[in-house]
Amino acid sequence: MNAVDTYITADGRTIGAPLMEMKNITLRFGGVTAIQDISFDIREGEVRAIIGPNGAGKSSMLNVINGFYHPQEGEVWFRGKKRLAMKPHQIAKQGIARTFQNIALFKGMSTLDNIMTGRLTHMKSGLFSQMAWWGGAQTEEVANRAIVEKVIDFLEIQAIRKTPVGRLPYGFQKRVELGRALAAEPKLLLLDEPMAGMNVEEKEDMSRFILDVNDEFGTTIALIEHDMGVVMDIADRVVVMDYGKKIGDGTPDEVRNNQDVIDAYLGVAHD
Amino acid sequence: MSANFYYGIEVFLNGMMAGVLYSLVALGFVLIFKASGIFNYAQGVMALFAALTLVGFQNGQIPFSHLINAVFGTNIHHFGWHMPAILAIILTLLVMILFAYLVEKYVLKHLVNQEPIILFMATIGLAYFMEGFGDLMWGADIKKLDVGLPQGGNVWLEEHTAFLGGPDFYGFYLDNLDMWATVFAGLLVVSLVLFSQYTKTGRALRAVADDHQAALSVGISLRAIWVIVWSIAGFVALVAGIMWGSKSGVQFSLSLIALKALPVLMLGGFTSIPGAIVGGLIIGVGEKMFEFLIGVPYLGGATENWFAYMLALLFLVFRPQGLFGEKIIERV
Repeated sequence: MNAVDTYITADGRTIGAPLMEMKNITLRFGGVTAIQDISFDIREGEVRAIIGPNGAGKSSMLNVINGFYHPQEGEVWFRGKKRLAMKPHQIAKQGIARTFQNIALFKGMSTLDNIMTGRLTHMKSGLFSQMAWWGGAQTEEVANRAIVEKVIDFLEIQAIRKTPVGRLPYGFQKRVELGRALAAEPKLLLLDEPMAGMNVEEKEDMSRFILDVNDEFGTTIALIEHDMGVVMDIADRVVVMDYGKKIGDGTPDEVRNNQDVIDAYLGVAHD
Repeated sequence: MSANFYYGIEVFLNGMMAGVLYSLVALGFVLIFKASGIFNYAQGVMALFAALTLVGFQNGQIPFSHLINAVFGTNIHHFGWHMPAILAIILTLLVMILFAYLVEKYVLKHLVNQEPIILFMATIGLAYFMEGFGDLMWGADIKKLDVGLPQGGNVWLEEHTAFLGGPDFYGFYLDNLDMWATVFAGLLVVSLVLFSQYTKTGRALRAVADDHQAALSVGISLRAIWVIVWSIAGFVALVAGIMWGSKSGVQFSLSLIALKALPVLMLGGFTSIPGAIVGGLIIGVGEKMFEFLIGVPYLGGATENWFAYMLALLFLVFRPQGLFGEKIIERV
């Protein structure tokens, strides 16, 4: 499947060429190898899941993609170009936004302000223009505010617009964090366990938002998730990791029937 | 009403204005602490350095003239011009921004992710370095700072309030300089609050204060933010240096005003801009009123020297996060 340029998903969407390619990535922390020689791609418009047992190296992989970690070996290709070593904030400017496993919001700031920070990469006005609150700064602020309001409507969080996010319940915080990432209008959206710690209803809401984002904006999504049911429902293709190695890659059905994957999840007798 | 009552009001007003000056110094601490979690011991020395540089520019002093004279056997001291105050202030501000950039490049950048105590130690080193550097650059003599602000008591106010308290009362005596300092400090605080609430850079400052990793993930460069924060703190130090320097001359003891800011921070909380203001006012008014009402009549005076620290100690015992600080909760 990786050989062809496009493919059609089960629900009839056409998936484009690779947006991001990880080539033979190896990441070590001292003597510990977190990721060992892993290659896979994320194609334009698809929902790509990375799954695996605890400690498999999934979050490390996400951190490599958004630049928190730099792999010792291997290449990262983004939009057809090899990516050089970059700071995370530069990578954010290239159009990669993310959420975190243990929500990383700006707790003292309101929902609105949090989502507005997602627009920073699109705002160009200079420091002095902002100080004088004149010229570019003001129009820019208003225009970006309009986009943020759209995100707020989309995620149905109008009612908590002005609330400091530290006071919001967990499910809403997760949603605000998604909103902040969406406001950046990313080319690639990384979600680290978007449904961790949620109840069934919240999970259904979040799944719907993820699918809608993918559907309405055509945003490419890579996500890590533990809930197998959810992954099998919303992902187009799945990478399975175990102990830092890739043990499976394919559609949910292919992965589900892969013997290595079954062994990793259910355990296997050692002889 | 008796004359004493009106003297009490006068003491209160003077306390308010002294408090504003304390707030000004405390504000510099809060800005840096909020954005980078560093308690900047050098804040007082930054005010001294800013004031020294300002006077140096105004009087057309040649920087490092003592050093140059000692090495080359020359005898130069002044360029021979007198610079207008406003130009000198702008130039000094540029120097403070350059200083912020250098601090980030040569100190902070290398200490990312270190323990707060190590960063604190670094700022102690920075303080002593700046103190010596300032002396070397501009000389260690006591200098007079005059940026054209009116000095002395306000006669108009005194004359027009004299009728209030009967024959024993001669009107409110308020210092012109103090009043101007209050106006400037007020403007400074309002513009800082507006800047941090309603601009994208302000939002980025608050974001960095809350969560470094999340800030990086939305495309904020921590280094750029640190330079901006230290520049703003340098600007606040400049304003504080001008006010205190005009009042009591530019000399080494100017850097000790930082010590007065400590109790202000304990009252107001290390992370709150309004806290720095209110804390400063409470300390300023508190120490003057305590002296007036209790100190002089019952304790033999000189309570101003310790009142602020005493109050801070009480706060440490009963409300360690200060009036406005974030509650200290450790979640495991």
